[in-house]
Amino acid sequence: MPTDEGTIETLANQEYKWGFVTDIEADALPKGLNEDIVRAISKRKNEPEFMTQWRLKAYRHWLTMTEPKWPNVKYPKIDFQDVIYYSAPKAKKQLKSLDEVDPELLRTYEKLGVPLEEQKIFAGVAVDAVFDSVSVATTFKAKLAEMGVIFCSFSEAVQEHPELISKYLGSVVPYSDNFYATLNSAVFSDGSFCYVPKGVRCPMELSTYFRINAKNTGQFERTLIIADEGAYVSYLEGCTAPMRDENQLHAAVVELVALKGAQIKYSTVQNWYPGDKEGKGGIYNFVTKRGKCMDSARISWTQVETGSAITWKYPSVILQGDNSIGEFYSVALTNHMQQADTGTKMIHIGKNTRSTVVSKGISAGKGQNTYRGLIKILKNATNARNYTECDSLLLGDKCGAHTFPYIEVRNTSSKAEHEASTSKIGEDQLFYCKQRGISLEDAVNMIINGFCKEVFRELPMEFAVEAQKLLGVSLEGSVG
Amino acid sequence: MALVEIKNLEAAVGGKPILKGIDLTINPGEVHAIMGPNGSGKSTLSSVLAGRETYTVTGGSVLFDGKDLLDLSPEERACEGLFMAFQYPVEIPGVTTSYFLKAAVNAIRKHHGQDELDAMDFLKMVKEKMALLEMDKTFLNRSVNEGFSGGEKKRNEIFQMAVLNPKFAILDETDSGLDIDALKIVANGVNALRSPERAILVVTHYQRLLDYIVPDFVHVLCDGRIVKSGGKELALELEKRGYAWLETAAA
Repeated sequence: MPTDEGTIETLANQEYKWGFVTDIEADALPKGLNEDIVRAISKRKNEPEFMTQWRLKAYRHWLTMTEPKWPNVKYPKIDFQDVIYYSAPKAKKQLKSLDEVDPELLRTYEKLGVPLEEQKIFAGVAVDAVFDSVSVATTFKAKLAEMGVIFCSFSEAVQEHPELISKYLGSVVPYSDNFYATLNSAVFSDGSFCYVPKGVRCPMELSTYFRINAKNTGQFERTLIIADEGAYVSYLEGCTAPMRDENQLHAAVVELVALKGAQIKYSTVQNWYPGDKEGKGGIYNFVTKRGKCMDSARISWTQVETGSAITWKYPSVILQGDNSIGEFYSVALTNHMQQADTGTKMIHIGKNTRSTVVSKGISAGKGQNTYRGLIKILKNATNARNYTECDSLLLGDKCGAHTFPYIEVRNTSSKAEHEASTSKIGEDQLFYCKQRGISLEDAVNMIINGFCKEVFRELPMEFAVEAQKLLGVSLEGSVG
Repeated sequence: MALVEIKNLEAAVGGKPILKGIDLTINPGEVHAIMGPNGSGKSTLSSVLAGRETYTVTGGSVLFDGKDLLDLSPEERACEGLFMAFQYPVEIPGVTTSYFLKAAVNAIRKHHGQDELDAMDFLKMVKEKMALLEMDKTFLNRSVNEGFSGGEKKRNEIFQMAVLNPKFAILDETDSGLDIDALKIVANGVNALRSPERAILVVTHYQRLLDYIVPDFVHVLCDGRIVKSGGKELALELEKRGYAWLETAAA
């Protein structure tokens, strides 16, 4: 009879399924970074002067910065001169419809399950697909445009809506914010842009699938979402990368702006290549995600993180307006040699602001999972409330879970609650399931699924399914 | 044909022998009680039959419905119709009782080449069984055993037994931690599940449970062996005289 530990290891050791490489000619700039490369990126993208200057400002600032050393992760020093900062699939001409998209590319998306074909689009998902660095196809744009919703690639937004870009770019994550965000500001190649006008409820989930393909390509996306007063938008980001021996650098920036009474729901399902069992290869994911809430606005971050060799990510909310709400729901799974240092920051500035943090960390193999959170309630944020729940689940005895919660409260009328737990999937739980006829694999899935339930129910339905599949679990709750 | 045939069963935990040669034959329709002082090996016997990996079988054989039980994994034993009501039922946070039970029912059905039950059929079947154990409707949507009282946990075990419909049920100290009202409900549930096809093994320290679940046979376990077997009156005698006189006999 196999031992439970052995089978858990088998489960944890499942192969990465998306490790294929698409053979498409790429248009890339030479390796390395200097002012010329920054200018060249800006030029390739035909950007207005204010963008070029903004990038250069960021680049010059970046030169004065050093890599952060405080995260609880270990990796060899990155040679930033050994990275290609721009790579685009070589397009023969401007693409007008899906028919013109390279069929090889479409097949890649098919393998990933991206619903690009027309019939699938009717399921109600508008997809802005980012392949390496350039957005290749945007669907459903016309329908969204009727309602005044702008959903396009970042480059396109720079061309067509420069006034929105210059107004909001860097308004939540300034160019000087941190080492990786600043690097991103200098060299970002593309990303998604979304603007939902006053009082409009975006009628469908907006979705971006990122895929890192070309070798040695750093991917630096920039996403900017603006929900004008009283608007609502739900956005999903899904990520998959092919198998590579070299570590690939990924440093994205996401900025969310929720104006008065607006609501933004941002969900991420991330399954980038985590590296092999020995920790070779895999994506380094250093991401800055932040949202700003004006009066009575609401921003929810929901993330399911199962990939990347290293994850360094703290989706945050600045609760600037009175009565605004920030939420963070997270499942982070680490196995093999994966390391995750993730959490959130909730900055309470306005009165009666509220925040909720639910973090679920799962560690397997030799994975190391760190929750790092900051709840900061400023002096004027009277009657602010925070609730934090931070749970860790361990599979096996070679993994680790760490929790670093920081709570700063500067007034007496506010309240912050923090609950934390660490548990191990027990022999007792597994035996109980098996005694009822349930196989070990199903039992492990069931227990993990139960553990993550509070987060999964925050995901849009169709993506909750994807997330559960990602954790290798079957759908729960179909009864009763 | 006997449903369960245990021959000279020996088992150890961490190298220490606990069961030292158990012989026991159980026929369909029979209710057997295993009694004995603490440390006599009662719970070890239940666990070994259910297939718990922490125990090592060092000798003997167990035939279950003609199959070599010791050759089967715990989940295969369950699928073949062996059920154990746990002394300490385990909590599974976030997994609803209905989901858990549906997974169990369908795993067993799949093992027998039957179609899986859909949500509606499952719910219908389950609701009939709930009435048997006087269970509240909200129960199905609660996480498995999470925040349950001692009585609720034990009732849940018997409820699961009713749903899974085993050929052979082992009740491991089901009376422990139950007040008299809960004990009656649990016993009524078990009695309702007695049938000519099903055998039940009641493992208990006290005679009290056997007032409500009246066994056909009583066996006394001392130091890893069955030292005395008899009818239901043996339980009453034990109640009066304790175990000491038998322990002396065993030694």
